Amino acid sequence: MNRLAIQLPGLNLENPIIPASGTYGFGYEFSQFYDIDCLGSIMIKGTTIEPRFGNPLPRIAEGRAGMLNAIGLQNPGVDKVMSEELEKLRVVYHHKVIANVAGSSMEDYVACASKISTHDMVGALELNISCPNVKAGGIQFGTDPQMAADLTKAVKAVSKVPVYVKLSPNVTDIVAMAKAVEAAGADGITMINTLIGMRFDLRTGKPIIANKTGGYSGPAIFPVALKMIYQVYQAVKIPIIGMGGVSEARDVIEMMSAGASAVAVGSANLVDPYACKKIIDALPVLMDELNIKDLKDIIGRSHQYD
Amino acid sequence: MEKQGMMTIVSNTPLAKDVYEMVLKGEAAKNISAPGQFINIKLDDGQTTYLRRPMSIHDYDESHITLAYKVVGVGTAKMKTMKPGEQLDVLVGLGNGFSLEPIKKALIIGGGVGVPPMYNLAKKLAAQGTTVITVLGFNSACDVFYEEKFKALGTTYVCTMDGSYGVQGNVVDVIKKEGIEYDRYYACGPEKMLDALVLFDDVNGYLSFEARMGCGFGACMGCSCKVKTAPYKRICVEGPVLKSSEVIINE
Repeated sequence: MNRLAIQLPGLNLENPIIPASGTYGFGYEFSQFYDIDCLGSIMIKGTTIEPRFGNPLPRIAEGRAGMLNAIGLQNPGVDKVMSEELEKLRVVYHHKVIANVAGSSMEDYVACASKISTHDMVGALELNISCPNVKAGGIQFGTDPQMAADLTKAVKAVSKVPVYVKLSPNVTDIVAMAKAVEAAGADGITMINTLIGMRFDLRTGKPIIANKTGGYSGPAIFPVALKMIYQVYQAVKIPIIGMGGVSEARDVIEMMSAGASAVAVGSANLVDPYACKKIIDALPVLMDELNIKDLKDIIGRSHQYD
Repeated sequence: MEKQGMMTIVSNTPLAKDVYEMVLKGEAAKNISAPGQFINIKLDDGQTTYLRRPMSIHDYDESHITLAYKVVGVGTAKMKTMKPGEQLDVLVGLGNGFSLEPIKKALIIGGGVGVPPMYNLAKKLAAQGTTVITVLGFNSACDVFYEEKFKALGTTYVCTMDGSYGVQGNVVDVIKKEGIEYDRYYACGPEKMLDALVLFDDVNGYLSFEARMGCGFGACMGCSCKVKTAPYKRICVEGPVLKSSEVIINE
């Protein structure tokens, strides 16, 4: 009996730890550090129907306990992702992955989703309606509940695998967004994407990031993510894959208590390439300390105090 | 061999205005496979300096790495205060580095904090019998460092923008003025200097670039740049060294 195993639509996770999209490339880069087969799944780099170079440099800045990025969805396009990137990943990874699908129009999302969902390595889609760093589309779908619902329906109609929708924290009412995509047929929710922020050069006052704004991530946003996951868990029945500032095993326990069924690790991978492996190794030890027999027993346990 | 390791600070001493040399000791040094590769340093608990600091490698052997860094922000200001005996968490042996070709005459060019990574390359070229000529550029006399080290390897010119030391002008001015001949040039320095070198000779050069990086090992796409030979290259993996013939100059 694997006490770390979690069952989710499209995903039989041996453990709930998943590198978050955009912080782990297409996965194989990390096999220079450790055997990545230990990962529950992998959320691969956001993929669009056409290749994208992304934003001009600088794309990265720093903050206290976190970082800003404005990559702009750089990726080689869905055809190359399927024929090259996933084939390279197949050599070193033998579980289902979650394909992050992005676009700037409904047609783009649908075309990309219908293609990539046929790949045998893809167990689920993560519909990226919350990237703050692209000008057209993306975030518009993530801030308007009706648009999010329409897009979810359209992608569900063509996808061969379950569809999770990735929510943005940059909204007034994230619960309304979650309810809208659930009603539209989403199989799950992933949350939260980055918080929009800026940094300026001390001497010149010029924005450090060429795109001016970027998405803030890292330990600083952890409590924000917890609160939003807690709220959404109360309002929907579909499972949540939680993310936002997770850096160590204790964060995983906390996030699952708030309502996450699995947990994605993002920025921590960039600072410590071994972050996911360390968390997976530490989880059983911490579970013993906390008298947790089976990890799935703690999902949403904080709500007993509601 | 694990690319991540703990290295112990052996020394940390001033070299020039705001420039310090740090010598590190540890097994991780074995991961370096070519001059021009870099290391990525984690400085603390991730509060004010959350991301690692990518730093060029000045010199190395089986168990030592020497860095030279300029204090420009909170991270390097913290490095300046570190004492011998303290440990640093480092990722070692990142990037492609310079390849050693059997050439007769090499021109080594370093600008400011781009000077340090050129030394180990120059040393290895000289050891294989290549004639090494060096041009070092700085802003002012107070910024000059490592001149003697390069002089020990061959003819070395120093220039400063304000003329307070050596020849007045930039590195391209010196190359033209002295009529320096070479089979290959190798350079690291500010982007303006590298662009000027590509405009001067886009056939025979290898140039080492820097960029703000999220990870330093190819995961985040934070440092991608457009090149003539591919849709893009990541400065941290397919760089930091690019051929002059593939560099696209940013306007």
